[in-house]
Amino acid sequence: MKMTYREALREGLKNALEKDSRIFLMGEDIGAYGGTYAVTKDFLKLYGSERIFDAPLSENGFTGIGIGAALGGLRPVVEVMTVNFAFLALDQIVNSAAVYRHMSGGQVSVPLVIRTTTGGGRQVAAQHSNSFEGWLTHIPGIKILAPATVEDARSFLHFALEDNDPVMIFEHALLLNRSEEVSEKPAMISPYKALVRKSGDKLTLITYGGMLQRCLEATEASSDVEVIDLRSLRPLDTETIFSSVRKTHRVLIVDEGWKSGSLSAEISARIMESCFYDLDAPVQRLCRREVPIPYARHLELAAIPQTSEISAKIKEMLS
Amino acid sequence: MEEAKTLKLLHDMMRVRRMEELCAELYTQEKIRGFLHLYIGEEAVVTGVMSLLQPQDNIMATYREHGHALLKGIPAKSIMAEMFGKIDGCSKGRGGSMHLISAPHRFFGGNAIVAAGIPQAVGLALASKKLKEDRQTVCFFGEGAVAEGVFHEALNMAELWKIPVLFCCENNYYAMGTALARSQAQLNLPKKAEAHNVTAQSVDGMNVFEVIEKTRAALDFITREGRPYFLEFRTYRFRPHSMFDPELYRSKDEVLKWKEKDPINFLIEHMKKNDLLPPEKLDALEKKIEAEMQEAIRFAEMSELEPLEDLGKYLYENDL
Repeated sequence: MKMTYREALREGLKNALEKDSRIFLMGEDIGAYGGTYAVTKDFLKLYGSERIFDAPLSENGFTGIGIGAALGGLRPVVEVMTVNFAFLALDQIVNSAAVYRHMSGGQVSVPLVIRTTTGGGRQVAAQHSNSFEGWLTHIPGIKILAPATVEDARSFLHFALEDNDPVMIFEHALLLNRSEEVSEKPAMISPYKALVRKSGDKLTLITYGGMLQRCLEATEASSDVEVIDLRSLRPLDTETIFSSVRKTHRVLIVDEGWKSGSLSAEISARIMESCFYDLDAPVQRLCRREVPIPYARHLELAAIPQTSEISAKIKEMLS
Repeated sequence: MEEAKTLKLLHDMMRVRRMEELCAELYTQEKIRGFLHLYIGEEAVVTGVMSLLQPQDNIMATYREHGHALLKGIPAKSIMAEMFGKIDGCSKGRGGSMHLISAPHRFFGGNAIVAAGIPQAVGLALASKKLKEDRQTVCFFGEGAVAEGVFHEALNMAELWKIPVLFCCENNYYAMGTALARSQAQLNLPKKAEAHNVTAQSVDGMNVFEVIEKTRAALDFITREGRPYFLEFRTYRFRPHSMFDPELYRSKDEVLKWKEKDPINFLIEHMKKNDLLPPEKLDALEKKIEAEMQEAIRFAEMSELEPLEDLGKYLYENDL
């Protein structure tokens, strides 16, 4: 059956709310408004204000309440409208959620799920187009998931809520209307396993989230390129990455984030550390241009990796 | 009965103070390292508040929390071992002075980011409310926290969502070295809470009886109304902010003036006046406390260090 990424997120949330009374949602405009991206439309009516908290514009505050509620035995799902605003909650995420278990010698844990949207491409300019998920992967103690498919959008929340540690889920805004064929029952493949979405033997293309579809489009006609969807950005499934690199000997990383101090840099370094002698050529990266995202359409398109650019890069690397 | 209760208050205040004095000594001996923030001068606040709480109640505190941990029931020896960075410390030596945590004592820290514990206390109280548990949630923080945005965010949501939590603002007048009057335009702290419709009151934090009376009223209000309450305890730390503080920002005269209101002396005077404290009782109390603390230090000395191979442990529930 066909399902959109938005419907998949909705289904994941509904299943969770119906299964476990400890689960509640808290975030900006998730109730009366129905969610900025209509993911939680009608939820307030369906589950009531005891489960669906329309929060004021206090990202640090309500993330902190989520942490406390998790410490106290509930299973909060905090929604931060977009990753751009998640930085207002960074103190709570980085200095509290990520450290409590380790700092307490394993006594307390923060089973908190934070959902947020990420990515550019909608002409909403510099302050609403960031891809900060890579930045968050710097932090030990949290897990970072990025569903790139409808199937993953449907099941990642389940895994995140089963987890007794803080998990952040980055949903790409451009994928919300994407429709894919899915089975009636979710496949439930652990997010901590990177998946080879397409096999090939001459080049390993590593990507995730909003870039996956572009990478698949760019390589549609080729059997040379192996496309890996990371799914989890922390922890990284390096085993899947390395075994592909050992087969293809060439690597291209496509990441919507910036290059400097980034996830793509990290992946590249790990390949260099572990697969240096397997490489036939230097690892290449295709990332967001090192500028804030402009409003004008042509400038934005030029700043974020596009399918044509990915195709050109692959061609260059295989020639 | 009244006599026993008062004696218990004195005992607790003196335990808190003696532990802090010994921590300062142990710091100069380099047994305790890192940051060390002492509570000396402020004991009436924690003693009065804790005297009204039960073991199942939730506490969220700050980096000046040794006394809070002790009076919530964490044994002095677990606290001392924590200060020494040893495995028998309440946080296995990973938290140190600023991060005393004990899940069985419902003591969640020891949060050393100013004001960060405030929304978390609201969350803890929300959990207890939703799970229909019989617990109070009490959050301690200094007056420096009222400058943080998250203080206002948390108070607003606590009142908005009717979350039963007691906010205890320990106003010792200095955020490190910045006087309240030099950093805030509004010096009336209850007004800041009232701006969010939170009921609030100021308390003489040097007088343990007033602390108890007003805290009891606040807790009754919280139970009755199912809403938050804010108490400002006016108090003073007699020691520098931490062991690194040269105290350039306040005068010796000011410190001396506050020392005249020493909460322990105040209680002793009160008890003497009412024939509640024969000299031999005070003596016995001091001896008992000394024995407790020396035993705690011995325990901390003897405790082992966490094995190095465990450094990566407890990052996640399951090793990745």
